[in-house]
Amino acid sequence: MRSTIRKALIGSAGAAALLAAATAVQAQEVKVGILLGYTGPIESLTPAMADSAELALKEVNDSGMFLNGETLVGVRADSTCIDSAAATAAGERLINSDSVVAIMGADCSGVTTAVANNVAIPNGVVMISPSATSPALSTIEDNGLFFRTAPSDARQGQVLTDILISQDIKNVAVTYTNNDYGKGLSDSFAGAFEAAGGSISINAPHEDGKGDYSAEVGALAAAGGDLLVVFGYADQGGVGIIRSSVESGAFDKFALGDGMFAETLIEAIGDDLNGTVGSVPWSEGEGADAFVATAEAGGVDPDGSFRRESYDAAALIALAMQAAGSTDRAAIKDHVLNVANAPGEKILPGQLGKALELIKAGQDVDYVGATNVELIGPGEAAGTYREYVVEGGEYKTVQFR
Amino acid sequence: MIEFLNALVLFSNFVLVPALAYGSQLALGALGVTLVFGILRFANFAHGDLMAFGTMMTILVTWWLQAAGIGIDPLPTALLALPFGIAAAILISLFFDRAVFAFYRKRRSAAIVVVMASIGVMFMLNGIVRFVIGPDDQRFADGARFIISARDFKTMTGLDEGLTIRLPVLITVIVAVVVVAALFWFLQKTRTGKAMRAYSDNEDLALLSGISPERVVAVTWIIAASLATIAGVLYGLDKSFKPFTYFQLLLPIFAAAIVGGIGQPVGAIVGGFVIAFSEVMVTYAYKRVLEYLSFEPSGLVQLLSTEYKFAVSFVILVIVLLIRPTGIFKGRVLQ
Repeated sequence: MRSTIRKALIGSAGAAALLAAATAVQAQEVKVGILLGYTGPIESLTPAMADSAELALKEVNDSGMFLNGETLVGVRADSTCIDSAAATAAGERLINSDSVVAIMGADCSGVTTAVANNVAIPNGVVMISPSATSPALSTIEDNGLFFRTAPSDARQGQVLTDILISQDIKNVAVTYTNNDYGKGLSDSFAGAFEAAGGSISINAPHEDGKGDYSAEVGALAAAGGDLLVVFGYADQGGVGIIRSSVESGAFDKFALGDGMFAETLIEAIGDDLNGTVGSVPWSEGEGADAFVATAEAGGVDPDGSFRRESYDAAALIALAMQAAGSTDRAAIKDHVLNVANAPGEKILPGQLGKALELIKAGQDVDYVGATNVELIGPGEAAGTYREYVVEGGEYKTVQFR
Repeated sequence: MIEFLNALVLFSNFVLVPALAYGSQLALGALGVTLVFGILRFANFAHGDLMAFGTMMTILVTWWLQAAGIGIDPLPTALLALPFGIAAAILISLFFDRAVFAFYRKRRSAAIVVVMASIGVMFMLNGIVRFVIGPDDQRFADGARFIISARDFKTMTGLDEGLTIRLPVLITVIVAVVVVAALFWFLQKTRTGKAMRAYSDNEDLALLSGISPERVVAVTWIIAASLATIAGVLYGLDKSFKPFTYFQLLLPIFAAAIVGGIGQPVGAIVGGFVIAFSEVMVTYAYKRVLEYLSFEPSGLVQLLSTEYKFAVSFVILVIVLLIRPTGIFKGRVLQ
């Protein structure tokens, strides 16, 4: 009897030791949630976005300068882009069972709002979204926890208006993807365009992932206009609308929002897309060039929507942690703006190791990153946009706005 | 007179032709669903993804043929690859039948249990397709795109409005007619077809009269997989192939099958066209058509804005289920 008790004691002591060892190992690993829509309407964009974010985490780990030698581990979770309940559950899992210190994400505006309000803000976890652009996110009560490296669409509506007015286009039909992103962008565009003296013949939503868009195009064509403005996704309803318009002869010229920017759109539509204009958040200069070099070295294709923003979002999380000097969730939020904005040594992609070293030495850094990160107002990117025109089956830059 | 022709062309271009193509694609899909329901007695939720699987295999063979320089220009190469896609879809259907559905059939499980199993199969097919070809949009249509384009039509006829007829639309309609005719001939005239109908009417009686159930089940899957692949490939040729869209197609396909009367092949076809035409016609803005007919409407003359397009098919579905639960052609009642 006594021996069994002793055995049990030894056993539990051993188990406790193992447990302690396990927690010790875990302390070396700092988890960062990467909450993107790996399934659903933008499932073709998200893998590269996640790769870009993980590239930044890997760069931090490889430098060996992070905190006291801890390593960052990305934990992926599926936001689905459209299902707020599923995204909230995924956020819950990241925060409560994976114990992430911060979240890079989410992606689409609707689920991002849901995750921020339901899980991240109540639990005091910082979220940095690379791609949620709805103007409504500027005004949520975030307790200083929500940031985004993508600019608000309030600005993009103005940019597109400027592009069209400068070409003397005054009457357009508008269609938008029926979600928070599309609605926000179309509202902001409609406001700006009408204020600039333009008129909108019809402003109709379309659903993504549906089989057939002839009804939508029929209605848009009946209303008419100089061109069709499409605020949708390049691999979703947006491409269906354009294809149907071109083939039925309803419209032959288009103006596109940022969600429509993709090489696959040119492949899908072909020569008929020539003459199309559009805007997409972009950046030029050394930051963008450095990202191309870093991404290519890391085996990630740098050319695509929101990959730069994803890299920057993950990098900001790591730098904010370093500046806070801890992996405490609450400490991070106060340092995001410090590392993102001036003053300080300018940091480009590929220089995260140097940034960590500077912060450790007590110096200021100004993270420029791939997208010229400058967080304004409630912590969102000011944003520069690339005005492009499609010519000869290629996107040609007209200017930056 | 010219004005009237313009109105007619405009209406055909934006309502008639698109709805005809979409309706044919839905009808072929609904035919497969209805056949499985009629004979195997469960609503097969995996049908949309079976379409995606068959289409994916067709696309892979199409790419191989294109690389080898084999084609049937001006017809799309995919038509040549179609039999391979059908064969692959048949194989995987028979495999899932052996591995999953046969088990429940033997135990005579309740229909709802089998439906749940089919959702499981749906997710497996879903995964296989994404694993092999990925979630992206794939275009595989080659050959001629237009029989007549809007611009050519205008110069040819001198009318103000253009009419577009695309080759894939014509192929869709022709193939749909041929396939439906062949299916009806098969069900009505051949020994196996008669056996299938007998099995569908009364399983026990059919067994007593010496009909081999294994054979009936296998033939049902062969036909359902063929229809699914044909519908999927025609749809992909007309629009494009994206696994997520095929999954979404399941809803209008089920609506079509139920509205027409589930278990009734004629019903599936009628249901497909009812859904397609109502979606397009109710949401079309008739402003310019009416202008040609010398009315002067002030608004767009749109009954419902397009975001309610999908509500239309479901309103029809609800009305049919309330007033005539068996559907237009007296099918069964879903349990």
